[in-house]
Amino acid sequence: MKSLYGRISHNNIIIFATLLLLVLLYGAGSFQYTGFFSQQVFLNLFIDNAYLIIVATGMAFVIISGGIDLSVASIVALVSMVAGSLFQQGANAFVVILASLAIGVLFGLGHGYLIARFKLHPWIVTLAGMFLARGISYLISTESIVISNSFFNEVSQYKIRLFGDGFISISVVIALVVVVAAILGAKYTAFGRAIYALGGSEKSSMLMGLPVERTIVSVYALSGFMSALGGVVFTFYTLSGYSLHLLGMEMDAIAACVIGGILLTGGFGYLIGPMLGVICTGIIQTLIMFQGTLSSWWTKIAIGFLLFLFMAIQRLIVMQKDRGATKSARRKPAATLQNQPKSVNKIGNL
Amino acid sequence: MDTGQLLRAQGISKSFPGVQALSKVDFTLRRGEIHALMGENGAGKSTLIKALTGVYEKDAGMVWMNGREIHPKSPLQAQDMGISTVYQEVNLCPNLTVAENIFIGRYPRKRMLIDWETMNRRSQELLERLDLYIDVKQSLSSYSVAVQQMVAIARAVDISNGVLILDEPTSSLDTNEVKQLFAVMRKLRNEGLGIIFVTHFLDQVYEITDRITVLRNGKLVGEFETEQLPRTQLVSHMIGREWNPDDAAGSKQARKGENQPFVIAKGLAKRGSIEPIDLTIHRGEVLGLAGLLGSGRTEVAKLIFGIDKPDEGEFTIDNAMMSSMYPRKAIQQGFGFTPEDRKVAGIVGELSIRENIVLALQAREGLFKALSVRKQKEIADHYIQLLRIKTPSSEQKIENLSGGNQQKVILARWLATQPKLLILDEPTRGIDVGSKLEIRKLILELAGQGISVLFISAELEEMVQCCDRVVVLRDKNPIGELAGADMTEDRIMHMIAEGGLTHDQTGGIGA
Repeated sequence: MKSLYGRISHNNIIIFATLLLLVLLYGAGSFQYTGFFSQQVFLNLFIDNAYLIIVATGMAFVIISGGIDLSVASIVALVSMVAGSLFQQGANAFVVILASLAIGVLFGLGHGYLIARFKLHPWIVTLAGMFLARGISYLISTESIVISNSFFNEVSQYKIRLFGDGFISISVVIALVVVVAAILGAKYTAFGRAIYALGGSEKSSMLMGLPVERTIVSVYALSGFMSALGGVVFTFYTLSGYSLHLLGMEMDAIAACVIGGILLTGGFGYLIGPMLGVICTGIIQTLIMFQGTLSSWWTKIAIGFLLFLFMAIQRLIVMQKDRGATKSARRKPAATLQNQPKSVNKIGNL
Repeated sequence: MDTGQLLRAQGISKSFPGVQALSKVDFTLRRGEIHALMGENGAGKSTLIKALTGVYEKDAGMVWMNGREIHPKSPLQAQDMGISTVYQEVNLCPNLTVAENIFIGRYPRKRMLIDWETMNRRSQELLERLDLYIDVKQSLSSYSVAVQQMVAIARAVDISNGVLILDEPTSSLDTNEVKQLFAVMRKLRNEGLGIIFVTHFLDQVYEITDRITVLRNGKLVGEFETEQLPRTQLVSHMIGREWNPDDAAGSKQARKGENQPFVIAKGLAKRGSIEPIDLTIHRGEVLGLAGLLGSGRTEVAKLIFGIDKPDEGEFTIDNAMMSSMYPRKAIQQGFGFTPEDRKVAGIVGELSIRENIVLALQAREGLFKALSVRKQKEIADHYIQLLRIKTPSSEQKIENLSGGNQQKVILARWLATQPKLLILDEPTRGIDVGSKLEIRKLILELAGQGISVLFISAELEEMVQCCDRVVVLRDKNPIGELAGADMTEDRIMHMIAEGGLTHDQTGGIGA
């Protein structure tokens, strides 16, 4: 297992590419702008994007299973609205968090059930879920709601001191715990492996006796849960509920997955990837902020280019792998066959 | 109950709407034997396997395993009872590692979590037992189909509790890979496993199996000791003995003077589907391709029509070298192709006879030169009359016609394009005797008009009757050619069964 970590292979090269990009981007920023290379600028990447890391990690599971979840951004907005309005009714913070998570899980279960039971396409089902969640948040209120709950305020303000004068927020801790749990869960639980198997081949998974339908339902429920958790973390961050929050963020989550090496065709990717992808886009944002004169749309342009680049790289790797397969085909069986040349002759004489 | 018996099936019947796929078939598998299940397509081999493994529910009959009656309802249940099956196409997840594919769904665990080290170690041991030395931590897709097939077998062996069914596992393997698979099969047999082996390759049957069960038309022909069954007899058991060359429907007309080659293929080959083959088709000649199913008959036809692309070889039409072939170009060159399975690849069931007939003509003319409906009708009526297609009108939906008449419509489709070469892949399969004779007659008439025909049929009688020359294929290799007086059913059968014989020099059974 140690050798797996030490070696660059087809499987992890995209992660290394993302890491390299991270270093290059950060290096370029540090070189160009004074103050860019500071601990806090780096930590802020996590603080500002904690919610996105969580949502993208949930999205990664769905993509690996061969599906997609377009509802994530709407669920974040809905959760922020529900939290806002519940607090207006004077609800307790604990109840609000539980209700939020329950909403996410329910949405996910609904998606998963429709997709697995009626063999519907995940794009369509989660698109419907996206409209539904966004619609419900408008129904609650079209105005933004300010959250003034003391617990939420405290969490929002709390700074965990690191060495020196660097600090992170509680949200960052939640995000990191999620990522670590995701990495372990994907590798060491039967559920995690079933998701990969499903993304590899649904038919084979069925024939090998995996609970295909249950896995599909669970993976969307997981994504719903992660979206809701992301929503809670986002509410910590903004302390407001608004039905227009994060319009189009589902695409940012998908982009982070792609940059982080999660193959959109399913079945492949490391769960550390989405976080790296989020940090990458975060650095680009920070770079443009430091530059000062460019409009923030340049972030989108840069991410667009990056996506093209990364998808091309992924495709190249897959193509190379296919070519490698035929090569090993000739080498490996032939090696064992050299022990029995006599029988090879025999078939020639038949 | 006999102690050697591992799996016993008695009186298995299964019917599908309109077809009796299996009727009262008995089958016995002993411990430590490799048992071939043979028969032409549609003989009921796969139906029997599916009835045994619970994919289909059998209409009648009983199955015992180790003396206990079993009723598997799904492949999964059959697996739990100890019957595991490896299908022709690999049913594994290519993105997972080799070890995972072997252990998925039944991971070894340590403190609730998957124990990768144990899993990798046990996979390695399992594969080494099958003489496969690969890195189990690599993803499955990084290995060849042969290795993947082997991994599927390893998984099946590990799950299986005595019975292993291999359904055409060798069709995508090359000679060396087959060798390796056989070594593994022998090893497993010696360990006491009972293996059911389905294949179309006679050589493989005689190389590896102990006994053979032959099915024909859903009925049991018999169970034989492999060593005591000569190949010719096996072949005649498989295709049946009803072929007496007595009816004389149509006769070969003298077609002299037309001896110029039209299509010449030199060393045409595609890895995994056909070994290099030389073919010359003269003008007005009926050239037959004989051989069992899977011998490469259809593959040759597909290469010539450009459906599959050859890996090597030269191809000339009228002395003009063709750098590449694709169906559109083939049609422009005056080729026509009636595929083996007309239901799937031939007719467009929802369209009328008229529309089906003008399809190829319209395709050749291009989309912008629309044929008027009146013109289309004229063409359709002409061929309905010419080919004696039995239908009330040309506007009838083609799917309402009988098989023979559908086949005639497809022939009409190509005749309407005034073809120079017709490739007919099993044009008479599954149609009644009368229509068969008419189609044969038609083929001879067409040849008389100077159209070249490449004729593929499983019925040797038909081949002998229609063809001027017959090229015999076996196991994806051309093994010889017969013409004139040499061309008899017995000779063809002999060649299919025994190999090249007098044509040894041409018979590169390419190892």
